[in-house]
Amino acid sequence: MADTWTVAGRAFTSRLIVGTGKYKSFEENAAAVAASGAEIVTVAVRRVNIADPGQPLLTDHIDPKKITYLPNTAGCFTAEEAIRTLRLAREAGGWELVKLEVLGEARTLYPDMRETLRATETLVKEGFKPMVYCVDDPIAAKQLEEAGAVAIMPLGAPIGSGLGIQNRVTIRLIVEGAKVPVLVDAGVGTASDASVAMELGCDGVLMNTAIAEAKDPVTMARAMKLAVEAGRLAYLAGRMGQRRYADPSSPLAGLI
Amino acid sequence: MDQKTISIRVNGGHRRVIDGISVAALALELGLEPAKVAVERNLEIVPRSTLAAVRVEDGDDYEIVTFVGGG
Repeated sequence: MADTWTVAGRAFTSRLIVGTGKYKSFEENAAAVAASGAEIVTVAVRRVNIADPGQPLLTDHIDPKKITYLPNTAGCFTAEEAIRTLRLAREAGGWELVKLEVLGEARTLYPDMRETLRATETLVKEGFKPMVYCVDDPIAAKQLEEAGAVAIMPLGAPIGSGLGIQNRVTIRLIVEGAKVPVLVDAGVGTASDASVAMELGCDGVLMNTAIAEAKDPVTMARAMKLAVEAGRLAYLAGRMGQRRYADPSSPLAGLI
Repeated sequence: MDQKTISIRVNGGHRRVIDGISVAALALELGLEPAKVAVERNLEIVPRSTLAAVRVEDGDDYEIVTFVGGG
């Protein structure tokens, strides 16, 4: 049976969600998305370029009919800004599945959980299905789930930092406590980081910079695809126990 | 005789348009495909299905957005 995961009633095979920011060109971006195998990409909502309306659009390169667009609220620092952005996104795209992030400060881009929770409550009332970027705090995760978040997306490390999963204990606690999908969002720097997230039992990983800022983004996208799959399989397989000392793999009996 | 124009704001900038045009016509005048954008008028969403029916009024404030690359 296929190993799928479901968010807001929609099943996906790929457990890797990739961003569409920071790429050198739309062509490179589209090639990286293809290599990653991602079925969902995050996108931002911004003013159209009135001075030059003929510029190529993201939708010309990544087809929203084939790849699910997950509109984000990047750059929003209050619940009101985020809600306003997502209302526009819903009108532009016509779908309810969105990524909510309400930032607390520019230096760390850490989420403001009070505003995030408030925005989640309003969005759910308005029929949105918010996947929510949050701190790696199992209590905050629980509160978001109770408020109607369709997925919990704790940071592994600050956005764009590439530092890897900093607190495996809290990510694991969030996974154990959640009834909705948990995806590590932010902090992945290289393939092994994605595997770690999956080995902890996360349903998926969301990343942008780790692929976009790699020297060869398309190759890194493929590496991330394999890393997510490897981590998922390792989680399903159930890892061996850890020991403090050696345990020989060859039999001791019959030694000459 | 010159047609009467009205003053509006679009994405933070002033603009004069012919009196009586619809929001859909405004988008086309800006070189935009109405099907690829979302429009907010005076902080209220204008549903795409009504873009051709809503008339641009003097003093209106528009935000017109689309999807761009982001993480």
